[in-house]
Amino acid sequence: MPENVFAPWNDPAEKPLIQFKNVTKRFGDFTAVDDLSIDIYEKEFFALLGPSGCGKTTMMRMLAGFEKPTSGTILLDGKDISPIPPNKRSVNMMFQSYALFPHLTVYDNIAFGLKRSDMPKDQIDDRVQKMLKLVQIEKFAKRKPEQISGGQRQRVALARALAKAPKLLLLDEPLSALDKKLRQDTQFELMDIQEKTGTTFVIVTHDQEEAMTVASRVAVMNFGKLIQVDTPTQIYEAPNSTYVADFIGDVNIITGHAVGVNQTETIGSNDTETVSITWAEGQQPIIATTAQPTLTGKVSFVIRPEKLNITAERPSDASNAFQGKVLDIAYLGNLSTYHVEMPDGQIIKAQATNARRRANRAFTWEDEVWLSWTDTAGVVIAE
Amino acid sequence: MRRFTWFNATSLTLGFAFLYIPMIIVIIYSFNDSRLVTVWGGFSTRWYGELLQNEAFLDAAWVTLQVAVLSSLIATVLGTMGAYVLVRGGRFFGRTLFSGMMYAPLVMPEVITGLSLLLLFISIGLDRGLITIVLAHATFAMCYVSVVVSSRLVSFDRSIEEAALDLGCTPFDAFRSVTLPIIAPAVISGWLLALTLSLDDLVIASFVAGPSATTLPIKVFSSVRLGVSPEINALSTILIGLVTIGTITASISTKRAVLRRKREEQMAEQMT
Repeated sequence: MPENVFAPWNDPAEKPLIQFKNVTKRFGDFTAVDDLSIDIYEKEFFALLGPSGCGKTTMMRMLAGFEKPTSGTILLDGKDISPIPPNKRSVNMMFQSYALFPHLTVYDNIAFGLKRSDMPKDQIDDRVQKMLKLVQIEKFAKRKPEQISGGQRQRVALARALAKAPKLLLLDEPLSALDKKLRQDTQFELMDIQEKTGTTFVIVTHDQEEAMTVASRVAVMNFGKLIQVDTPTQIYEAPNSTYVADFIGDVNIITGHAVGVNQTETIGSNDTETVSITWAEGQQPIIATTAQPTLTGKVSFVIRPEKLNITAERPSDASNAFQGKVLDIAYLGNLSTYHVEMPDGQIIKAQATNARRRANRAFTWEDEVWLSWTDTAGVVIAE
Repeated sequence: MRRFTWFNATSLTLGFAFLYIPMIIVIIYSFNDSRLVTVWGGFSTRWYGELLQNEAFLDAAWVTLQVAVLSSLIATVLGTMGAYVLVRGGRFFGRTLFSGMMYAPLVMPEVITGLSLLLLFISIGLDRGLITIVLAHATFAMCYVSVVVSSRLVSFDRSIEEAALDLGCTPFDAFRSVTLPIIAPAVISGWLLALTLSLDDLVIASFVAGPSATTLPIKVFSSVRLGVSPEINALSTILIGLVTIGTITASISTKRAVLRRKREEQMAEQMT
């Protein structure tokens, strides 16, 4: 990996800022977080992603100090933070509802935490002005929260949480209340602010696109456990389970039986092995490569729709090519998704980019088409 | 919907007549010159003058005011504290029982509340007077305050308090500088409710009042039993006037606040 890439998690000498060590949190009979261990590094933009009830919010609330772990320890800068109350932690949080103080002006909202710190009075004004400028709301300093729009409130909440220059900023679904366009703009702004301030951000979200856009690493959670912790690219291109593959983006999952072909190749630094997967009667097996050695038995073959080629004739050079019938076409503007029915009834989705504005659609309903992909296009996951 | 029909007009007239004719009669007779309540003897304001000379009434009014202010303040503090603990205290053993017990006095017949308080004061040897009325009124009014304040606390976004803690407040500081200002309207309306309940109360006060202190409702009630004097009419008219002014002021200020908020919201929308 090149030197200038930000990847402290690959550097064994780097000390993590936050360490969860076998943390479990139970509410009565319900286990929200289940024996979870994870390291988060300084200056990371770390996303906790999962469906509601997966324990991501509980993890965040434990970091903020609103919940105490049932067992296990959480270290911040090497120190156990369990006995420290929320008001004594150098951790600040941006709440999903923003939680602005309705009786205070924007200025006083941002100054609220500073007035309760040991910052000298004459420096508070400077700091507040700096924050107002950072999030571009100088014009609204004298307004009450109810006198500004949702997007501006979100900025005030961010400025207030950043004002005390915390070691760690927690963001609880920070953009969920904004409409889609504003949300996308704000995502880039968040990344920009994170870079400018050098603060470690931990964001909780159920929106996979948001997590992929902003985060340096994404942790996919389910039932209080971490399923996969990796960079957005790895999560998308090399999911470690069908759950992750299915949760992030669109995917075809084909179950079958793998047989090793014993054809080891070296691509980059990884040894890969070719396997052939029998998946449907009367069909050629799928040829795929995998980094996991001697993967045999029941497997899932996972392939993203955009990795498939859809053609009228059988391509001569593809490792995998199967004929099917177009069942449905979803036109999304930038791309079209074709649902292609295989002879055995399985439906495989293939996406084609609509690069030209006035091209006639190449295929229509009931057309016989060929789906093809290379042997590295998909991922083989053991069941 | 705004159609005029004879049916609508009649029902409106009858409804308001039903509500207001008794009061109008009291107001008219308060300006009656005659000592006999049922005989019109010409217009005069002499009963208002006599009322102001009547030491017993003035004393009773002063006692009522003292009781109302003191008991409503005690009820507001205790009721707010109770509501806060019941809404924010999290789950603790017997919480449902406690909140049920908080609301029970609302449906308890006043006679029973009065009697039980009387028995309590006698058994601990507390002389009946101003203090016992204040205590009794604070006791039953705090339930009302608690109901009003807890309904506000329930709808109040908990994360605002958490944000205060997160930004460095101690729990007490968070309550003082964030929670209290936000629930202030509910606390104030609870206080006003306690105040009016206390000004109004006859049954409980008649159990716990002693010879040293009598409230205005008791005084009015006992003097009416000896025959309605025109002074009572004058007193009633004054009270009706005070209540009317109070209600009108309150509704105007509420309306203004609503209008102002609407204007501010529109301004905010235009800015974006």
